[in-house]
Amino acid sequence: MSACGHGSGPTRTAVAGRKTVAIVGPPNSGKSTLFNALTGLRQKIANFPGVTVEHRSGTARLSNGVEIEVVDLPGVYSLDPRSEDERITRDALRGDIPGVPKPEAILLILDATNLGRHLMLAAPVLATGVPTIVLLNMADDLRKRGGGVETEKLARQLDAPVALVSATRGEGLDTVRNFLAGQFAVPRPVELPVLQDVPRCREWSARVGARAGYQAPAPPLWTRRLDRLFLHPAAGPLIFLGVVILVFQTIFTGARPLMDGVESLIQLSGAWMGNRLPDAWWRALLLEGVWGGVGSVVVFLPQILLLFFFIGILEDSGYLARAALIADRTMARAGLQGKSFIPLLSAYACAVPAILATRTIESRRDRIATILIAPFMTCSARLPVYTLIIAAFLPERPLLGPILGTRAAALLGLYVLGFLAAVVTARLLKSSILKSDRTPFLLEMPPYRWPTPRSLGLRLLDRAKAFLRRAGTVILCVAIALWFLAHLPLKDGKAPSIQNSLAGMLGRTIEPVIRPLGFNWKIGVGLLTSLAAREVIVGTLGTLYGIEAAPEKAAEAVGFEKALQKDLSPAGAVALLIFFAFAMQCMSTLAVVRRETGGWKWPAIQFAYMSLLAYAGSFLAYRLVHGGF
Amino acid sequence: MQMGVNKRPRRRRTLAELRRGEQAVLERLDLPEDTARRLMELGFLPGQMVAAAGSAPGGDPRVFRVDGSEVALRKETARHLQVRFSD
Ligand SMILES: Nc1nc2c(ncn2[C@@H]2O[C@H](COP(=O)(O)OP(=O)(O)OP(=O)(O)O)[C@@H](O)[C@H]2O)c(=O)[nH]1
Ligand SMILES: [Mg+2]
Repeated sequence: MSACGHGSGPTRTAVAGRKTVAIVGPPNSGKSTLFNALTGLRQKIANFPGVTVEHRSGTARLSNGVEIEVVDLPGVYSLDPRSEDERITRDALRGDIPGVPKPEAILLILDATNLGRHLMLAAPVLATGVPTIVLLNMADDLRKRGGGVETEKLARQLDAPVALVSATRGEGLDTVRNFLAGQFAVPRPVELPVLQDVPRCREWSARVGARAGYQAPAPPLWTRRLDRLFLHPAAGPLIFLGVVILVFQTIFTGARPLMDGVESLIQLSGAWMGNRLPDAWWRALLLEGVWGGVGSVVVFLPQILLLFFFIGILEDSGYLARAALIADRTMARAGLQGKSFIPLLSAYACAVPAILATRTIESRRDRIATILIAPFMTCSARLPVYTLIIAAFLPERPLLGPILGTRAAALLGLYVLGFLAAVVTARLLKSSILKSDRTPFLLEMPPYRWPTPRSLGLRLLDRAKAFLRRAGTVILCVAIALWFLAHLPLKDGKAPSIQNSLAGMLGRTIEPVIRPLGFNWKIGVGLLTSLAAREVIVGTLGTLYGIEAAPEKAAEAVGFEKALQKDLSPAGAVALLIFFAFAMQCMSTLAVVRRETGGWKWPAIQFAYMSLLAYAGSFLAYRLVHGGF
Repeated sequence: MQMGVNKRPRRRRTLAELRRGEQAVLERLDLPEDTARRLMELGFLPGQMVAAAGSAPGGDPRVFRVDGSEVALRKETARHLQVRFSD
């Protein structure tokens, strides 16, 4: 399900006769923001370097009706690449990427608040001889902090059009559109430095900046103040911990009322339909399969959205880079470089974009190690499973007063367990098959920015769509298929009891394998279907329980927790949680690992390792809790 | 070039020894070509003033202010950047 990724699919092939224009700039300079403003698409934007790791094309419609193909690219500091994402930018500019024609013009976007350094990138870009417009972004920030620059003078130095813009506010975008609509001219700068010599390039950019009257802005006061707090030796880690606890407590208890609301909506609509529809087999399919199966997953929508709301705030504000800094020691102990932390953090949403994000890691061995451990991080698809089991088996009691309850603590514990599994695995890999020299950790700290309601809203909207699309496809298909399996083979025109149905037989075939873990055949069927995607187990159990209950009560998910308690002992519940923490139950992750590592070797190793760990882990857990060694 | 007759010799130190709030002038990057280049692209050029800012608990990695940006480096890297105090 690439529904998980953020529009990371490869680009469409270009339309003949359309001009192609590439957006180039240093990381975090606002390239994707500009791309979205020009094309109306929703490329992922966040406030830290290295968000975009793939090329993405879109169409900009100009006022004169002309359409231009715009390509968003990963950020670069220069045109000699050191990592996979930077290579993509260089290749795109050379026209080496299939489906992306060599650009006829470049939109070079630089951060105006840091022009001295960013102007260095202008040298290699102008030297390519491709017509270029230089966009000095974050004009709003530059003004606010008392900086300035004379664009005409800079244009004369570079012999290229220059404009001050603000991609978020849409300021100066008309200049960009006029440039796109006009005839492109090859720039011939007054002088260019020797590109290989960084000090010379910096001298050149200082000279050019000075001639253009560049006034660097005052330092970002609020960023410094906030960092004094967030990077304080004692307060910093405490705040970090506080943020984590707040997130967990809120996604567990704060989401409850909303989830209950969705649940009663589903029940009411199910009951309403049940009363109105004729008593036919397809009524049962609709109520048990669709309402019972898909409905039981849709209930978790508010919780997932709340999680993404928090992730959005962390990413948009710039706190994420500070969290990476605070966590770097742990990463180092695992033998990984700090750069691995940002992909791993995004794996809390989903492993697929996280694995793509490892392209920013220069060392191939470090990159593979990070790819291999990313699926241990608790992705949002595990959340419904965890929530369901915890709520069914663990009574809620306050632990730290009202701040942290037992259920949120258990959830937090599972997240920590996944993280530990990742760190230990990394340690094993890095001291054996993936040993390598340490590459240095260099992370640019972005200034803090306010997360805008608009950007947060769009994130949630996209997420809700992806979640519902998945519920309407994978989960719906599994639920319907399962419903039929549970009603076949027909005997004298009547459906068999569920134990004797195809689904029951399937479950009972694998029961001997999973009995040592404390699971019965129904859980077994759930484990099988959850190979497609983790949360499918919730839909599967929802369908099975729906069929077992009288059809009229199928949509009543209230019975879900009770039914689960009948199927699982507390020891079995713990074992099931451990199983989900470790197992690799996600086809799209395996597919993306294959693509990014270039073969089946690594995904096969990963699958075998994680399955083994899941089995051994839940076996031990079951034995320990059960008290029978 | 150095007319060090009545000047005491300047103390050479590395970036890793800078404490929060201190600053110094970068002299040399004793690192492999590739890494040195990336650091220079991020602003760590000889002659630049570098100031130490906040850090993770324990002082490693630390954020350095250089050339208008803030970049975090681990100690193991900062140790290879020679600095001179401009006092
Ligand atoms: N104040 C201000 N912030 C901006 C402006 N343009 C972009 N930003 C912010 O800058 C941050 C980075 O924006 P992106 O568009 O993701 O930057 P990018 O260049 O695509 O970054 P990478 O993909 O990581 O290379 C986001 O937090 C944006 O909201 C602007 O004109 N003014
Ligand atoms: Mg981007």
